[in-house]
Amino acid sequence: MCTVLGMSIGHTLLGLLESGPRHGYDLKRAFDEKFGHDRPLHYGQVYSTMSRLLKNGLVEVDGIEAGGGPDRKRYAITEAGVTDVHQWLATPEKPEPYLQSVLYTKVVLALLTHRDAADILDTQRSEHLRMMRILTDRKRHGDLADQLICDHALFHLEADLRWLELTAARLDKLAQAVTR
Amino acid sequence: MSARTWARDLSLGARFAVTGGREGWVRTVLTAVGVGLGVALLLLTTALPSVIGKRHDRDDARTDFTFSSRKDIPRGEDTLVSAHVDTSYHDEEVRGRLLQPEGPEAPVPPGLHSLPKQGEMYVSPGLKKLLASKDGALLRERLPYRTAGTIGDSGLMGPRELAYYAYSDDIARHVGSDGRVARIKQYGDVGEAQDDEGLPPVLLLLILVIFVVLLMPVAVFIAAAVRFGGERRDRRLAALRLVGSDGGMTRRIAAGEALAGSVLGLVFGTGFFLLGRELVGSVDLFGISVFPSYLTPSPLLALLVALAVPAAAVLVTLFALRGVVIEPLGVVRTARPARRRLWWRLLLPVAGLAMLSPMIGKGNENGDFNEYLVVGGVLLLLVGVTALLPWIVETVVGRLDSGGVAWQLAVRRLQLSSGTAARMVNGIAVAVAGAIALQMLFTGVQDDFTQDTGRDPSRAQMEVDMTAPGKADLVAGKVEERFQRTKGVAAAVALSVDSVSERRKDPELSSDITVGTCASLREIADLPSCHDGDAFALPAPSDPGQGPGDEVDQLLKPGLQLYVDPSFSGSPKGAEVVWKVPDRLPVVKQRHDALQNEIWGLLVTPSAAPAAALPQMSGRVYVRLDHAVPDATEHVRNTAAALDPFSDAWTWVSEKTSDQYEAIRTGLFIGATCVLALIGASLLVSQLEQLRERKRLLSALVAFGTRRRTLSLSVLWQSAIPIALGLVLASVVGLTLGAVLQKMSQVPVQIYWGSVLSMTGVGAAVVLTVTVLSLPALLRLMRPEGLRTE
Amino acid sequence: MTPPSGSLLAAEELRKAYGPTMALDGAHFSIHPGEVVAVMGPSGSGKSTLLHCLAGIVPPDSGSITYNGAELATMSDAQRSALRRSEFGFVFQFGQLVPELTCVENVALPLRLNGTSRKEAERAALGWMQRLEVDDLSKKRPGEVSGGQGQRVAVARALVTGPRVLFADEPTGALDSLNGERVMELLTEAARSTNAAVVLVTHEARVAAYSDREIVVRDGKSRDMERAV
Repeated sequence: MCTVLGMSIGHTLLGLLESGPRHGYDLKRAFDEKFGHDRPLHYGQVYSTMSRLLKNGLVEVDGIEAGGGPDRKRYAITEAGVTDVHQWLATPEKPEPYLQSVLYTKVVLALLTHRDAADILDTQRSEHLRMMRILTDRKRHGDLADQLICDHALFHLEADLRWLELTAARLDKLAQAVTR
Repeated sequence: MSARTWARDLSLGARFAVTGGREGWVRTVLTAVGVGLGVALLLLTTALPSVIGKRHDRDDARTDFTFSSRKDIPRGEDTLVSAHVDTSYHDEEVRGRLLQPEGPEAPVPPGLHSLPKQGEMYVSPGLKKLLASKDGALLRERLPYRTAGTIGDSGLMGPRELAYYAYSDDIARHVGSDGRVARIKQYGDVGEAQDDEGLPPVLLLLILVIFVVLLMPVAVFIAAAVRFGGERRDRRLAALRLVGSDGGMTRRIAAGEALAGSVLGLVFGTGFFLLGRELVGSVDLFGISVFPSYLTPSPLLALLVALAVPAAAVLVTLFALRGVVIEPLGVVRTARPARRRLWWRLLLPVAGLAMLSPMIGKGNENGDFNEYLVVGGVLLLLVGVTALLPWIVETVVGRLDSGGVAWQLAVRRLQLSSGTAARMVNGIAVAVAGAIALQMLFTGVQDDFTQDTGRDPSRAQMEVDMTAPGKADLVAGKVEERFQRTKGVAAAVALSVDSVSERRKDPELSSDITVGTCASLREIADLPSCHDGDAFALPAPSDPGQGPGDEVDQLLKPGLQLYVDPSFSGSPKGAEVVWKVPDRLPVVKQRHDALQNEIWGLLVTPSAAPAAALPQMSGRVYVRLDHAVPDATEHVRNTAAALDPFSDAWTWVSEKTSDQYEAIRTGLFIGATCVLALIGASLLVSQLEQLRERKRLLSALVAFGTRRRTLSLSVLWQSAIPIALGLVLASVVGLTLGAVLQKMSQVPVQIYWGSVLSMTGVGAAVVLTVTVLSLPALLRLMRPEGLRTE
Repeated sequence: MTPPSGSLLAAEELRKAYGPTMALDGAHFSIHPGEVVAVMGPSGSGKSTLLHCLAGIVPPDSGSITYNGAELATMSDAQRSALRRSEFGFVFQFGQLVPELTCVENVALPLRLNGTSRKEAERAALGWMQRLEVDDLSKKRPGEVSGGQGQRVAVARALVTGPRVLFADEPTGALDSLNGERVMELLTEAARSTNAAVVLVTHEARVAAYSDREIVVRDGKSRDMERAV
């Protein structure tokens, strides 16, 4: 879970940089504003993530202001960074419970970067359905215990999908809200 | 259950009837129109006694004299001589009176302010219109008077009546000698009024049956009308149950809805009636027209209608809901209704026949029908139709099975709700049964009224009888000439006739004397040779019962002194002209195709005739028409009227059929057709409603490839099957009732297949029309849009 | 896009307007024999319209639909009706059984529309009712059976003619989960056993999970998810 979240923080910060170079401090503020409703990002987390991205060549330092320190660096996204964001957005998440925050982040980022958010949802639904097909098939051929377990998973996946549908239906409103 | 809860629930239902949106309105209006038509007919019925009464009163008020009431009134300041000079024009009767006042106090007939003066006449509005029209040109010739004014309504029986009052100064001398002229002092209330002898039994039978037959379908129709849109209503009631009303309450609310519809129906009905009343003024049926003001329903009967119709609506609704359980989540018909039992249904027509049977054969005796038995019997027979039909439909439909898809769909639907189908058809069945029975009765009675007139229209087509004493020029070929010059006349034969006896006064023997030219006489007898101045003896047939026989022969003696137009004590004095029978008097025989059937006595040529008697003789002119000339008949009548205002010109037919019966039969057919059309309309309404309710199903059927033809056919079968059954039953009952009615009026029983065919034909046409008219809706509903979820 | 070769029923660039609203605005579709394809999308997205067009019930304003290589647009209404009678089967959400016919008569109806004799049609109907486990209802009328039973009768009716394509529009829409699943199991099993293709319109993921793949319709446009990934 943390890894997923950690991975997504890197991609999220990358995505935020796509609109233009920012200071580490700006990045934290932007992240908190859009995604960090109840869990603001620590400076340390920004610093460590940015240095990892720097190491991987996904960002570069655009300039350093006087006074030094990590938060004084201005970062810009590289070509490789843009490709990485794109791939991340296009790859559906493995259907698992409690995906909302990742999916939400993806959708918002897509809207922010003027990518097709509906695409993300459709892709994700397709992935969910793939999983549900497997579960349904297993249920068909399994015993009662299998059926009950599969049903539990199916109902959760269905709930995810319903949320996806609802989000898809509200994309226009969401786009207005996040690009405000 | 307090009256307040009743009132509350009924008014709630009434509100539903008018606030149910467009659908609710349509349903309420349909019910109201249906009930309204019935109510209008009922009001018309209640107004009939007033029509008959008022016409009778008007007729009484303008009566100048009747043939039995004539009294000798001396001429005075307050006397008026009136002469009946009725004529007919284009098959319409014209009431004509010549008036000659004998003093300033002379009575004025009702509808006139003053008497016509020299050369003037007052005409009815109907006659005025006719005279002014192109059609009336020939009649104008016949009435050579200036129109001084119109006769007011109070002097007329109906708005379309043709009548005139004209001045004459030449009729007073006919008082006493001609039955059509009399001196009077007042109009109306002439001595002993005509005996109220009542209607002849057969006519009474006809009228009673007509009433029952026309009103029964109306009752059935009203019963069906208050149940228009029943299924939709049931669903609304279920919704009411859902929000917490109990069973009794929903029933009362339903009754309230029906009540609202029927009350609105009363309003509509009154409107239709008033509308119809105004139309009545411009209608002329069988030569009878009626003033709108005559059509005033009797208040008591109208009140009865106003109370009975809504009450019936409520009862019918409650009765219909009897088998329906209204559950909150839908309407459940109490499972499969108990199978209909046959015995009590059969009991009704059997009881009806039993009530009618004691009266078989009473028609032509003076024996009277028991009105209650007649009405009751006919009623029971017809109610029997409505009772039997549901059973028959259920039984027959229950057995129908195999057949195509369309047939199967229709049959299954009927099996599920045979009652609805039977109810719709009931009205048709009753109307058709009644109409068939009545038409049979009419045919029978009409045959009775078709008589051999003893005239041969191939010899002459018109006869003009003139009893105009004082016109010597009527003989000696003068009259013949006048007629022959008339347009449209091919030939005319004139004869003058009088009676001769052995004594001047109160003779014992009597014979006819007929004066005419040789050519004219040859039209009635085979003459060996004939010259002017000859006379012949034509003995009366000697067979007893065929003529006067000996009495005549005793007078046919050459040289015998006879008196033409002898006098009888108690009657006005005759001409008493003395005349000697010529010495040469050959005996001749009547021509086998003589112009006149019963003719005997002396045949005399003009020169041999008693000249002094000629002006007294009545003339008879036989006319052969040139049918190529239009209106030849009217030309002849004009000539006759010009020669003698009292002449009577009439056309010859070999058989005399009463036109009225033919007309009534046509009227009945039209009436029955209207009832059928009305029922067809309600059939269409329920058909359309049913289709609308099945919109989704129809779309689904189309989706999986059902042909439109199949569904259309199923709609056709659905109405055709019950109607076919209804028509079969109606034919059986109608023919039975018709036969019984014929027996009752002692008319030989004969089945009039024409009416069976025409009525069943109309029934079939109704089915087809309903189907055709519901097809556009069906095709529209079959469009795939119906599949879209709302 | 051209339809993948070997597809039984395919549609290209379908457009259909109901008044001012575009129900379909460039939709594509294809299905192979024996395949179960779910058509998903929010309400009003045009999924039912797509199904109606594919089945030849509603002609599209433009675009082409080919069944077995034949263009539907060139067929007459009667020909398309005949096609629906013999090649297609239909299951709807509700309101599809004729209430006055018994269940077995309802199932036999499509065969009878094709001219099969009544006896034979009802024997075949009974066979399908057995497979869908509703043969004990044969003499009952639709009003007397439960929703799930009625829907199974409807499935039997859709399959009785041995259709090559089965169109199902929200077939479980009026049913609870258990009944809905049973209907879906029976429907897909029966379809697979006859190698019939199934076009399954649904907005429920758990129903769509019985499909082999899904296409999504949104604002009249379709997305074939398998080919997009």
